[in-house]
Amino acid sequence: MTNVLEVRNLSKSFGGVQAVKDVNFDLKEGEFLALIGPNGAGKTTCFNMLNGYLKPNTGSVSLRGQALIGHPPRKIWRMGVGRTFQITATFLSMTVVENVQMALISYHRRVFDLFSRATRMYVDEAMALLELVSMQDQAGRACSELAYGDLKRLELAIALAHEPALLLMDEPTAGMAPSERLALMALTAEIVAKGGVSVVFTEHDMDVVFAHAHRILVLNRGELIAEGTGSEIRTNPLVQEVYLGGGSVFEAESAHA
Amino acid sequence: MGFYFAQLLTGLANASSLFLIASGLSIIFGVTRIVNFAHGSFYMVGAYLAYTLVTHWSGSVLGFWVSVILAAMIVGVIGLIIELTILRRIYHAPELFQLVATFGVVLIFQDGTLAIWGAEDLLGPRAPGLDSAVRIMGEPIPEYDLALIAIGPVVLLAIWLLFHKTRWGVLVRAATQDREMVGALGVNQAWLFSAAFVLGSFLAGLGGALQIPREAVSLQMDLSIIGEAFVVVVIGGMGSVSGAFVAAVLISVLNAFAILIFPQISIVLPFVIMAIVLIFRPHGLFGKPGSEKGAPEEPDQPLALMDQKSAMVLMAALLVLALSPLFTADFTSVLMVDVMVATLFAVSLHFMMGVGGMVSFGHAAYFGVGAYGAAMAVKFLGLGMISAMLFGPVCAAIAALFFGWFCVRLSGVYLAMLTLAAAQILWGVTFQWQEFTGGDDGILGVWPAKWASSDKVYFYIAFVLCIGGIWALRRVAFSPFGYILRGIRDSQTRAESIGIDTRFHQWMGFVLAGGFAGLAGVVFAFSKGSVFPDSLGIALSIDGLIMVLLGGIHALAGPILGAGAFVLIEDWVTRLDYWRFIFGAIILIVVLVAPDGIAGGVQRLLRGLKGGRA
Repeated sequence: MTNVLEVRNLSKSFGGVQAVKDVNFDLKEGEFLALIGPNGAGKTTCFNMLNGYLKPNTGSVSLRGQALIGHPPRKIWRMGVGRTFQITATFLSMTVVENVQMALISYHRRVFDLFSRATRMYVDEAMALLELVSMQDQAGRACSELAYGDLKRLELAIALAHEPALLLMDEPTAGMAPSERLALMALTAEIVAKGGVSVVFTEHDMDVVFAHAHRILVLNRGELIAEGTGSEIRTNPLVQEVYLGGGSVFEAESAHA
Repeated sequence: MGFYFAQLLTGLANASSLFLIASGLSIIFGVTRIVNFAHGSFYMVGAYLAYTLVTHWSGSVLGFWVSVILAAMIVGVIGLIIELTILRRIYHAPELFQLVATFGVVLIFQDGTLAIWGAEDLLGPRAPGLDSAVRIMGEPIPEYDLALIAIGPVVLLAIWLLFHKTRWGVLVRAATQDREMVGALGVNQAWLFSAAFVLGSFLAGLGGALQIPREAVSLQMDLSIIGEAFVVVVIGGMGSVSGAFVAAVLISVLNAFAILIFPQISIVLPFVIMAIVLIFRPHGLFGKPGSEKGAPEEPDQPLALMDQKSAMVLMAALLVLALSPLFTADFTSVLMVDVMVATLFAVSLHFMMGVGGMVSFGHAAYFGVGAYGAAMAVKFLGLGMISAMLFGPVCAAIAALFFGWFCVRLSGVYLAMLTLAAAQILWGVTFQWQEFTGGDDGILGVWPAKWASSDKVYFYIAFVLCIGGIWALRRVAFSPFGYILRGIRDSQTRAESIGIDTRFHQWMGFVLAGGFAGLAGVVFAFSKGSVFPDSLGIALSIDGLIMVLLGGIHALAGPILGAGAFVLIEDWVTRLDYWRFIFGAIILIVVLVAPDGIAGGVQRLLRGLKGGRA
């Protein structure tokens, strides 16, 4: 399988603090990759370098051969990277379907169109995307009325509007009820399984991670310390050390599951 | 050398009074997040009160200073009354409301002062004991100036002690940083806000009272100081008292020297300095990011196209308007032109604020540039009416292109302040550049072409241009461009992450709004046959804000209703005595009773009726 994303020697320091140190990884086509680590491990910094909000000190990121580093976020979006936010960001004064239409309008480069009716543009495509996340019944509702879990699903639909090769999800399940979390990630996994998009996500909820991620990367103090499947990570002594200082919560968790 | 030192001292003396008023404004903003336009009125009332008290106790040193302090304290009490009766009800309203409400207070104070003290300028006595001049390096320096130079730092020190050594001061500082947190910690916010407002009013009153020996007390004091005070607060950073001090000194001293080189610059200079500071430090010298945010707002409802019934009502209204010249007198047609011009202006402002989320306190700039552009095209280029009418909006759009580039780099109150600065700079240039713009005398003889010179024919020209402009802006609001603009207002993060160049988009929105304001200005210029610097002034910018607010900012139809109501009310009220008082009262009533404006009120009423039936 070909690599969608290749990250090489990525480093970033803020003042004297080395937030990310020489991180290397690949993402294969159709892969669902989790990036985990304790608070302050450098997950968000890594993410922000991938999506263009931060410029790394060294290193390169290439998406299907195109270099991403040095481009502003909106360019990176155009190159085929979608993203969802830890705290949802949507257009609250619009309806659900209009939110998706906006992404489509931008994708089709019609943002400076002054005379068409925005609400009539790309309706079918927008509805298809909403169907993908099972939000079609709420298409006409005001975004400001949605429950949090539905907002998250809407964000997913928006992020998929430009048919990205790569989807970056920063703590997608933060602030959600446990049952909703698994449902959202199951939905994401389904979308990945349909093909076309690969996902990197950061996550604190280990249930979610172990249930769906194909592969897991563990960051600690800016360095990648482990990489592997769920069971490999669970039994990795280094990871256990980082998370528990030696205990074994993962075993307990998997026993629950 | 001595001369320059004297100039420096004059600058520092000016800085003291400017600091007093600006520090009060900054404290009020920091704690309550209210942009208090009435602050200039407190300053003015402080001066008038001090005048009365000082003349009563004339002669004694103690009497003078007691009068000054007493005047400031009375202003503090007046501030408390205003806070309790008006502002307390609108803390959670958008900043525009608060601005307009405090402007209503300004109007009421203007007429109140006029009724009590009369229209004559009043010249107070000199300060006893400080009424001569001392020679410093050979130059005579008024002793009173030296006293003022000392008072500034003393007040700064007093405020610093108050803020750092008292529990109340700590709470004020905490509230400036995060008032929700302070509320969550169980502090009685209402009391804190009142106290901050009283302190701010007191300082403004003090600043005014101390001016007695230096300048005549006049009814123009309020608006002449408020612009500069805003500038000082913004340069220093909203909510920062020491910032206000530094900024007051910076502006006053630079001004004292700049007028030596280029006397006309004094009107424009503070705004130029502010623009420069904001470009490099978007939150002022000592301001912190996040300190500009007002109350969180309810998200708007999604836009809906007009239903058939409303569309039919609108069509009928337009038809009546179109036919009105056939069965009404000429003066009605002229009034209707005023209504249409105001409506287009208000719609363009609403496009910028309601759709684009960029609050402008200086939208009249583009109206005025449009009007002047057309007038100058007629006067200097010899263009005919039609080509001048095209030329004006292009000029306005170019001005908006220039100033907008700076403005869209900021957000919230800072953006609003920069738009105000831009308008004041343009106004200052127009006012001072006699040979080109005619200065105060304006440009006369901007008449329509012969075939269009009758009031009725011109009505139809205005009809086509204004209604066409309003239609176009509404169309744009529903277009992808307008929707994305609204999206940027909702969430900049989301807009960026769907590939939008948010700044560029807002910039273009700014230009579009400016261009259409210019179109309104052009129609205005030809209907009056002349243009004056007023057409770029603060008063007109605020009129626009009032129109948008009257109609309701959340509805696209709002500015249309608001502008119509505004012009008709103004036409009626200005014939009365003390019309400012009445107008101010109307504004306050609207803000307090129907905070969502006429359109919002009507919508609520309809919803209530529908709900009742269901």
